[in-house]
Amino acid sequence: MTGPARNRFWQRLIALTRKETRQLIRDPGSIAIGVLLPIVLILLFGYGLSLDVKNAPMAVVLEDASPAAAQAVAGLQLTPYISPVPLASMREAEALMRDRKVDGIVRLPGDFSRRLAAGDATIQVIVHGADAAKANIILRYATGALTQDALRRADLAGGAALGGGIGQVSIEQRLWFNSANTSTWYLVPGLIALIMTLVGAFLTALVMAREWERGTLEALFVTPARPVEILLAKIIPYFIVGMAGLLLCLAAARFLFAVPMHGSLAAVVVSAMFYLLVAVGMGLVISSVTRNQFLASQLALILSFLPSLMLSGFLFDLRNVPTPINVIGHAVPATYFIELLRTLFLAGNVWSLVVRDCLILLVYAAVLLGIARVVTRKRLD
Amino acid sequence: MLPAFLLRIGHLFRKELLAILKDRSSRVILVMPVLMQSLLFGYAATYDLARVDYALLDQSRGAASTALIARLDGTGVFRRAATLASPEQIAALVNRQDALVVIQIPPDFERRLHAGEEAPIQVIIDARNSNTAGMASGYIASVVSAFNDEWRQRHGGASAPVRVEARAWFNPNLETRWYILPGMIAAISMIQTLLLTALSVAREREQGTFDQLLVTPLSPTEIMIGKALPPVFVGLVQSTIVLLIARLWFGVPMAGSVVTLYIGLAFFTVASVGIGLSISAVSANMQQAMLYTFMLIMPMMLLSGFATPVSNMPEALQIATLANPLRFAIDLVQRVYLEGVGLAAVWHNLIPLFIIAAITLPLAAWLFRHRLA
Repeated sequence: MTGPARNRFWQRLIALTRKETRQLIRDPGSIAIGVLLPIVLILLFGYGLSLDVKNAPMAVVLEDASPAAAQAVAGLQLTPYISPVPLASMREAEALMRDRKVDGIVRLPGDFSRRLAAGDATIQVIVHGADAAKANIILRYATGALTQDALRRADLAGGAALGGGIGQVSIEQRLWFNSANTSTWYLVPGLIALIMTLVGAFLTALVMAREWERGTLEALFVTPARPVEILLAKIIPYFIVGMAGLLLCLAAARFLFAVPMHGSLAAVVVSAMFYLLVAVGMGLVISSVTRNQFLASQLALILSFLPSLMLSGFLFDLRNVPTPINVIGHAVPATYFIELLRTLFLAGNVWSLVVRDCLILLVYAAVLLGIARVVTRKRLD
Repeated sequence: MLPAFLLRIGHLFRKELLAILKDRSSRVILVMPVLMQSLLFGYAATYDLARVDYALLDQSRGAASTALIARLDGTGVFRRAATLASPEQIAALVNRQDALVVIQIPPDFERRLHAGEEAPIQVIIDARNSNTAGMASGYIASVVSAFNDEWRQRHGGASAPVRVEARAWFNPNLETRWYILPGMIAAISMIQTLLLTALSVAREREQGTFDQLLVTPLSPTEIMIGKALPPVFVGLVQSTIVLLIARLWFGVPMAGSVVTLYIGLAFFTVASVGIGLSISAVSANMQQAMLYTFMLIMPMMLLSGFATPVSNMPEALQIATLANPLRFAIDLVQRVYLEGVGLAAVWHNLIPLFIIAAITLPLAAWLFRHRLA
């Protein structure tokens, strides 16, 4: 390419970018979705989404009025995960459980203390299975609280007779990367990815599909500007809006939700840029293929947003899904971005992982933008 | 008078349905994604622990540590990804996510256990996903507790005096899928119901055909009803697809009555359509309509109890969810599907849905008329 030609490239690109920027600024809806929406969403979801169980109400029905029975459930008071609700009858407890006023029932049958003396007492724990994840956690904590307490008392009573303790294994547990043990720390980085998907893919797909549908893009094609320049000029303003949204999200994560940032901020920003390119590329391809606003919005939803929500490990850990789904999940670019963000936020600069995932995102970006360019040019001729 | 009124609505209904179904790509997009999503997400949406890769650093190498680890391997969930020789190897392994859990058994483990002391093992869990970490932690705790039980009995201790008999209502194996899939019956259809409705008027306005519709003998109310019915129909068809997949493919047993379920779904779909039509009435063009819809879909999906419980949200947000029809629909569908309750037990979900519909539909009609004036 000769000097003047390259100059004209920049000249045209700058002129077009200025046009697109004006168009964006004069469309309050797009600005809202680019800047306002991320901040609203991260606040809403940062506070709203939680998988942590705290003070789950659990009905306690003592059909045996003895002190031994009261003592047996005393352990439930100690765990912060359960708040016991004493009730007089099973009928009452079942009614409350049907109304979802309590998440579970602990029942000590009438013969509890008699059977405890014989050494084979049972405590019934019933949980409401409609929210299985929560029920699992409650069940585990209730069982732990009830049995450990009983075991400790049995040891106190029997220890003297045995003339020495029996060895037992204890667990010294350390939770790496999430010392607060809160789901907020794992959800917020994923949220950022979700919001960037929305801004990048959905917004681009919509805006471009409208231009195709209305034929305003064809108007641009009759100018001397080449498809690459037109595409670049379209991408740049949305890219900047997306980055602004990202910075707002990062600030919220750091200062509002106190998610630690162990990795380098530069690495976060760079990987976000790559991901934003992927998202924008996806939006461009969807809009050029459909050239129809309704289809473009549907496809953007189906191909970008929903997979990022359901198949990316944002909520549901990909380690737990069947292999074919795991493979599909690993074809979703958001999977890598979420892994990157979580690692950079919580674990630090694990370069082997960061570099690998960044490269994968870069390949996605190159492929998608390449397809966008081909599709745009082919349709032009 | 009434037949003429119905006839006019019937004509508009037919026209609207044709507009939605006339081209092949629209038809495909109304059915295929619902099918794919319910299959894919039905498998993907799980909080249940299926596989935990762990690394073992056994510095004790005794019979007791071997027995403990054998118990862990016996769960079928824990798979050994690496056997370490020194603690220095731990950090890199966990950082790279090659192992979720590292179990370190110290050299004096065997001795302490036999001496009747407490023998600690170190368990390191990668908690980047705190939910998975919590599950894994619980799993290990129960394995260790079972090991302790056996050890006590073999060494002359009293067995645990209390046995906990656990039972789960409505979902005996506590599978996530059992409550996510019924939730999807409402959630997946809502997305397209909202988009279809929001676009219906906006599209006509953008293409200028809305004015033509206004000069027909149809009254604004009739136009609104004619616009509302096809998306309700499409939404119910989509819900049916998800329902069939949940019931037949994934085999989640349905405890309640189909009639109750559909009464609930009808209320819900009408409420969603009311919201969609209101969006449509305030948007000047399709793009605005889609942006507004999307801005609503995300909070509605995530703050509905679909993936995370509503009871975990702060008070203020829980109040905000009262305006979210999906919140009530998911509760309703789960109750009817899993718990098998009748209408009497879900009226508290039907009333808010009715209120949302009763506000949004007249609002949309008013906005249409307002636009006319």
